[in-house]
Amino acid sequence: MPNTIPNRQAMCEALLELAESDRDIMVLASDSRGSAAMAPFAKRYPEQFVETGIAEQNIVGIAAGLAHSGKTPFVTSPACFLSMRSIEQIKVDVAYSGTNVKLVGISGGISYGALGMSHHSVQDIAVTRAIPGLAVVLPADRHETKKMTKAIAEYEGGVYVRIGRNPVEDVYEENDDREFVLGKAVRLKDGTDLTLIAAGETVRVALDAAELLAQDGIRARVLNMHTIKPLDEEAIVAAAEETGAIITLEEHSVFGGLGAAVAEVTAQHCPVPLRILGIPDEPAIAGKTAEVFRHYGISAEHVKELAEQLLKRTGVQAK
Amino acid sequence: MATVLELKRKSLQIRKELLTMIHGAKGGHTGGSLSNADILTALYYEVMKHDPHHPKLPDRDRFVASKGHCVESLWCILADLGYFPQEELATFSQFGTRLIGHPNNKVPGIEMNTGALGHGLAVSVGMALAAKRDGKSYRVFCLMGDGEQAEGSIWEAAMAGAHYKLDNLVGIIDRNRLQISGSTEDVMALEPLDRKWEAFGWHVVTVDGHDYDELLKALRGSPEADGKPTLVLANTIKGKGVSFAENKPEWHHHVPSDDQLKQAHEELDAALAALEGEEERSGTHA
Repeated sequence: MPNTIPNRQAMCEALLELAESDRDIMVLASDSRGSAAMAPFAKRYPEQFVETGIAEQNIVGIAAGLAHSGKTPFVTSPACFLSMRSIEQIKVDVAYSGTNVKLVGISGGISYGALGMSHHSVQDIAVTRAIPGLAVVLPADRHETKKMTKAIAEYEGGVYVRIGRNPVEDVYEENDDREFVLGKAVRLKDGTDLTLIAAGETVRVALDAAELLAQDGIRARVLNMHTIKPLDEEAIVAAAEETGAIITLEEHSVFGGLGAAVAEVTAQHCPVPLRILGIPDEPAIAGKTAEVFRHYGISAEHVKELAEQLLKRTGVQAK
Repeated sequence: MATVLELKRKSLQIRKELLTMIHGAKGGHTGGSLSNADILTALYYEVMKHDPHHPKLPDRDRFVASKGHCVESLWCILADLGYFPQEELATFSQFGTRLIGHPNNKVPGIEMNTGALGHGLAVSVGMALAAKRDGKSYRVFCLMGDGEQAEGSIWEAAMAGAHYKLDNLVGIIDRNRLQISGSTEDVMALEPLDRKWEAFGWHVVTVDGHDYDELLKALRGSPEADGKPTLVLANTIKGKGVSFAENKPEWHHHVPSDDQLKQAHEELDAALAALEGEEERSGTHA
């Protein structure tokens, strides 16, 4: 049965659990408690909830002040606005001042589909990962979202998290016992022929592509790079050395995101053929996530094609 | 309790010190640091609860310099109070210093890093809201510039301060009527500034920002402000205390020459000497 629980709902469940024993956990919303799925939190913990109205600069400044006073605020606001309108507050009030604010960009990437470029956030990784002292995280599914929420609540420091709007097919089993470790990639599939590196909602696509490739006897390693910063460079270098080719998949501009981050590592430490799949330099086409992904080649079929081309170059033969 | 005369003396010494510092560094925000010197002196030597030996005291009052560029007076005050060694002032703006041209919370006594205008009030709202939610009694003071009032983010924070009834929050505007390009009213008209803040739900008190009796009364708060944040509109003179810098927009970040420093110090010394005479005539307490 397809999963019907969006990641934002999983995050709210985790925050409700955390707030039970920690009265310093706070949630802030900018008229976004509904779209952030935080209405249950606001209802159960009104003293730990802050509404700022539609004011994205203000919500980040207020969160920084709360964090300075010992709170652990989770700002939940659409990623498109949070990562652009409030970026100076993120840079100065959170990262530079060193406040423990968790910035949760909801409805991220192209989740808003037909609403257009004003509502898409495919530059957020590029911008946030350039800011010193800010961690950047994209969980792959609801299970990882829950673990990640608890992990970043424990972590002392600013974090930008991007989650999507719609339910995502599970990547992990319900009872998967792997811990979420900030800055540590998860090797979801072993392989030696090439590596697929993905983050957020493209992890599921990478796994599907690896299965397609396996049918042709090509063993693809799959890395879930849930933390873009601090980046697990060791896992990337190992992938380059041991598999010889890399394809990255991201719901982000092909400039400055996951692919660029991986390229920065391989180019300097272990150059290997690399392909970056993402949103090209244009306002993204309207459509549902799967349609848009397919349009831009972020699909299992296209990854398979691309992998076979790459392998011809590196000399690995399909069996 | 400091007497008004002691506060006046202190602010004159701070002015001398900050001019020396800016002259030495060959850079700094001279005009604004001179205009906010009395406001900061009133806060740090009289109004705020704080302890230089315990800068992170949980119940201390908080100060956020939203107009972060006028940091020179603040550095001089923090050094004088013992937050860091006085000798460190000589490193202002030098290679590798922590005493940079904006507040830096690597320095004891600084709560938040500022510098980009329009940030401080929202952060102060967060601090004041945390106090309310936790039932704590500390107060939060946020100093803003008048040119800074053109930043829209200030008005977002103003709305939130009133919405959450933060009567533990005091915004202060250093209303010196000048910004880098000239008169605030020519650059982007602000008036009627008091009525704007009133319309946003704040308790507004207009004072002479160089008069300690008025400043202390306004900053200590009043029961009239119950359930409302307070806005102290402090009318000041940019460059205050130095005849050739007063009301001159070019002194926004003009650096005194050797001769100008000498003259400024002479003027401030004369003002200090005049205070001694005043002290003999009265012993008024703040």
